[in-house]
Amino acid sequence: MSTAAPTTPKDVSYREALTQAMREELLRDDNVFVMGEDVGQFEGAFKVTRGLLAEFGPRRIVDTPISEAGFAGIGIGAAMSGLRPILEMMTVNFSILALDQIVNNAAKVRYMFGGQVACPLVIRMPGGAGHQLAAQHSHSLDAWYTHVPGLKVACPSTPYDAKGLLKTAIRDDDPVIFLESEGLYAKKGPVGGPDDLVPFGRAAIRRTGKHCTIIAHSRMVWVSLAAAEELAKDGIECEVIDPRTFRPLDIETLATSVRATSKCVIVDEGWPECGIAANLSAHLYDACFDWLDAPIRRINCADVPIPYAKNLEQAALPQPADVVTAVRALVRGRG
Amino acid sequence: MAKSAAPTAQSGPPARPEAELMRDMFSRMCLIRRFEERAAEEYMKGNIGGFLHLAIGEEAAVVGTITALRPTDPITSTYREHGQALARGSDPKAVMAELFGRSTGICGGLGGSMHLMDIGRHFYGGYGIVGGSIPLAVGLAWAIQYREDDGVALAMFGDGASNQGVLAEVMNMAELWDLPVVFFVLNNQYGMGTAVERASAEPDLFKRAEAFSMPARQVDGMDVLAVHAAVKEAARMAREGKPSMIEAKAYRYRGHSMSDPDTTRATEEKERWQARDPLVTFERILLGDGVMTREEIDTVRDQVTADVAEAVTFADQSPAVPETELARHVYAHPWNDDPRGSALTI
Repeated sequence: MSTAAPTTPKDVSYREALTQAMREELLRDDNVFVMGEDVGQFEGAFKVTRGLLAEFGPRRIVDTPISEAGFAGIGIGAAMSGLRPILEMMTVNFSILALDQIVNNAAKVRYMFGGQVACPLVIRMPGGAGHQLAAQHSHSLDAWYTHVPGLKVACPSTPYDAKGLLKTAIRDDDPVIFLESEGLYAKKGPVGGPDDLVPFGRAAIRRTGKHCTIIAHSRMVWVSLAAAEELAKDGIECEVIDPRTFRPLDIETLATSVRATSKCVIVDEGWPECGIAANLSAHLYDACFDWLDAPIRRINCADVPIPYAKNLEQAALPQPADVVTAVRALVRGRG
Repeated sequence: MAKSAAPTAQSGPPARPEAELMRDMFSRMCLIRRFEERAAEEYMKGNIGGFLHLAIGEEAAVVGTITALRPTDPITSTYREHGQALARGSDPKAVMAELFGRSTGICGGLGGSMHLMDIGRHFYGGYGIVGGSIPLAVGLAWAIQYREDDGVALAMFGDGASNQGVLAEVMNMAELWDLPVVFFVLNNQYGMGTAVERASAEPDLFKRAEAFSMPARQVDGMDVLAVHAAVKEAARMAREGKPSMIEAKAYRYRGHSMSDPDTTRATEEKERWQARDPLVTFERILLGDGVMTREEIDTVRDQVTADVAEAVTFADQSPAVPETELARHVYAHPWNDDPRGSALTI
């Protein structure tokens, strides 16, 4: 059984923050329901739906067969008739099977039918690498979804944002791709109450600093904060900014910081080509070209499928040391 | 035909619809035929862009289906869906204006021939990806069950879509969850240029349903009354939580789209199907049963010709879509004033 929503802020895990968000929105609006593989009796592959079946019953917490395209389409159809489905793709990797439904239907129905229907849908997808799950279970597809007009894309990095952004997503009238990090489920922190929503399109400044701006999202925020801590020992103060959502994107907050520091490193767990970091750097060159002291540095996952061997997997992923090296080179090179 | 026999579930032909409904069905079939003929002409003149898929030959399957449902039962369709919109009662002027890509179009000129929708008439749209719309109908059925309404959702799709994996996925879920949905396969014999026999190991498509313990039947898609009766029964079952599948065998007279010159199908085959033309067949029944006189039939034909001519004039004289509409419907509440990529808006 789930516990009552806390009346005062206290530390909970990122996982439990998500559960709280769904529980509160299920209580608030009967149009909200949860559908996905093993979300009911099994309580979710990552236990994010723990307690929900017991509290809300099988009408609202729905176990599906392993049919990602099928239940994605069912969710979209239900959303078009005014319900507010929360679909759980067991992982972002499996959402590829539902890509036609997401890209051709969810993202397009409002537009191509001239605004006659809405698609108020949330698709939650855990993703990211770091658990030796190898090439097919370690994707970061944030850039794929951000590419598509009609979708909104949120990537929480903290328990507070996990809860507040998910609540915003559920109440939003557009389809939201909600990208969770498997590596953050156990991360603890404070969360808001039932009415504390985190708006889309507002970046968060995770650490202030004047020497270099580091832009990172999801798990990479923590990698970047560890790097900033290390750099601070040498007197290099980094500003760490978390965009939180890529559609909509709060480029203004990012640009303001980069104009102030004149240096920028972007840390992105996804692949480098046509990726999130590449896109953000293009936006920032547009907005800050005359302020930059040096080219923007991008730190991505290696341009390879994720390997299984632990040492190779870690070598493929951005590490705090990579960020430290990049910032030092920028600050020293043009300091 | 034992017309006077009392209808039963097990034997004999189904009861004929009321005379008024039969006249209405004929009128809608004539409207679709005439609309499609004029759309082809306007396409050749360059007034219609993109793809244009005509439903000539499929009028009985479309009208028999739509008229067997309640006007509030949601339906989805494919990119060959002008007929479904017209059969549901959408204004031919708004449909033609959509084909012309004008602001008065039924989707404001944003959808075109393949993406018509009339939400006020519970027509949930035509979709361009083969098979992609079927799960949406199952989702609409899901919503009906969730709200404990008594509607029925109907997914209309073609023989080509029957080979998309997502159909199996959602038929399974529909049966598993007792959803009020009808899977209607309009088997027009060809997936673009590939005959059913060359694409389907089991060309009797309705047999797919057996794998999901779902009732299914095959009907003559050139016979509007047979289609109507089958869908009526399927809708009745669906309202009781029993999904089913109907395969209607019909034939499209034209190529896949206006860009298909239709040179590969045998003339003999086309003539064989056209000898059973759904409009001619139904006209014979209406005259034979005394439902309509020759004069009344001619009046209907003249009326739809005039209605379609009016629709073309309306479309032709309608204003272009203003460029201010370019980004208006991407999101419920736009945050970006410049969809071409501004870096500085939130």
